[in-house]
Amino acid sequence: MSVSSSQPIGITTKDACVDFPIFDAKSRSLKKTVMGLVGGNIASESKVPIIEALRDISLQLDHGARVGLVGHNGAGKSTLLRLLAGIYEPTRGTAEIRGRVAPVFDLGVGMDPEISGLENIMIRGLFLGMTRKEMEKRVDDIADFTELGDFLRMPLRTYSTGMRVRLALGVVTSIDPEILLLDEGIGAVDAAFLEKSKKRLSELVDRAGLLVFASHSDEFLRELCDTAIWMEHGQIRQQGELEDVLRAYKGHP
Amino acid sequence: MESASRSWGRALGDLTGGWDQRELWGHLGWQDIKQRYRRSVLGPLWITISMAVTAIALGILYAGLFDNDLATQLPYILVGFIVWAFISGCILEGSEVFIANEGLMKHLPAPLSVHVYRLVWRQTLLFLHNMIVYLVMLVVFPQHLHWTVVAVVPAFGLLAANGAWVAILLGIVTTRFRDLAPITQSVVQLMFFLTPIVWIYDQLLNSPNPAVAERARLAEFNPFLHFVEIVRRPLLGQDQLLRQWVIVLGITVVGWAVTLVVLRKYRSRVSYWV
Repeated sequence: MSVSSSQPIGITTKDACVDFPIFDAKSRSLKKTVMGLVGGNIASESKVPIIEALRDISLQLDHGARVGLVGHNGAGKSTLLRLLAGIYEPTRGTAEIRGRVAPVFDLGVGMDPEISGLENIMIRGLFLGMTRKEMEKRVDDIADFTELGDFLRMPLRTYSTGMRVRLALGVVTSIDPEILLLDEGIGAVDAAFLEKSKKRLSELVDRAGLLVFASHSDEFLRELCDTAIWMEHGQIRQQGELEDVLRAYKGHP
Repeated sequence: MESASRSWGRALGDLTGGWDQRELWGHLGWQDIKQRYRRSVLGPLWITISMAVTAIALGILYAGLFDNDLATQLPYILVGFIVWAFISGCILEGSEVFIANEGLMKHLPAPLSVHVYRLVWRQTLLFLHNMIVYLVMLVVFPQHLHWTVVAVVPAFGLLAANGAWVAILLGIVTTRFRDLAPITQSVVQLMFFLTPIVWIYDQLLNSPNPAVAERARLAEFNPFLHFVEIVRRPLLGQDQLLRQWVIVLGITVVGWAVTLVVLRKYRSRVSYWV
């Protein structure tokens, strides 16, 4: 496996905050900004409401870390994953990401319904940071895994939801990530196939240098992770051994 | 307060990092073209055909209106149109380059420039498809081409370099201020008429009516004139004007300087704004 930098892979954040400005139609328009300047009513008019999605996140994740992410809906799990991916750079504090990130937040992103399954495999792989050559080597393996056969030559729009998930899962589990960020939503597949993808998923996690996995499923978390972070109201409520965190989280009303 | 996100290194890193992913945007750019004409029999050849139809129709129309020779008017309109298609494509698509890629930007940590390179590459492919019409035109209406026709290569390079900064700059600004996208569209449409594409600049300059000549001279203040001319002149075998090259180079340098400043300051904010 190729490591892009000489530095060991890992993620370090220090007091990282993610604040979203919420522009409504008024404050997003130039007119308001210009008028506000001219009118002189800046203080009250130019104030944009801000949502503090993450606050004071300090983390040190090193090579080999297998971190589960738990928390209620809206607790900031997905935003934290995006911070760790480098999609959101912290508005305050710092975040340093060393290594190539493979974010798997949405199985369908970058998929094009008009082109064939095979072409989609290539595009999805390129999006995940693979090269064309690397993907060409993997196409057969992915085709076997998906069990889609000749359907791979058909446009993606002819696929059922289950077939799309198979394809997406096949590509995602074939890559060699340095930092793997998984967001749940890996359900919606039939039971037999799920069993098969579990094996591939854990193989993928073994290959990855670092894993952060957000999920509501204890079973999945126990299978893939050894430590966990409990997010609440955009802050880290607890960080430690997976079982400890799960117990505290479940015991919490 | 100086934050790590707002450094020159990160801004330049965005441009070089995006360039390193050329396998991705190269593939996507092609895909965009094929996508548009999927399920049609002639496919991307429609790009070529529609350009040919437009140029021929307008060539005949304006040759009649201006009382010009078709052999003069048609090549002039055709080349002007091809260049304008590239310029307006970069500006119009640039004004929504990040808004249109919202899904990708929220799911993949890619440099901003990836989306911009994809756009310019797609426009370049369209340009090349349109150049087929030019080659056919050369057979029908031969031009007195000199070796200077090779100047079209650096000229197009400059056009693409400007397309990139325009898309980055407009993309960032319109993501923050959504009203600017429709304004941009109106301005581009207006500029089409103010730029000598259907009307022949040299003819109006030498018009016997001094009022017309006076008006035509104002076109010098239109930056698009110079961009169109540095590509059109070599392709039609006309002498090139140093002045136009200097102006285009100047705009390129200033444009990129401004873009780098904006990129440094607001690059990390774009994913929050989309």
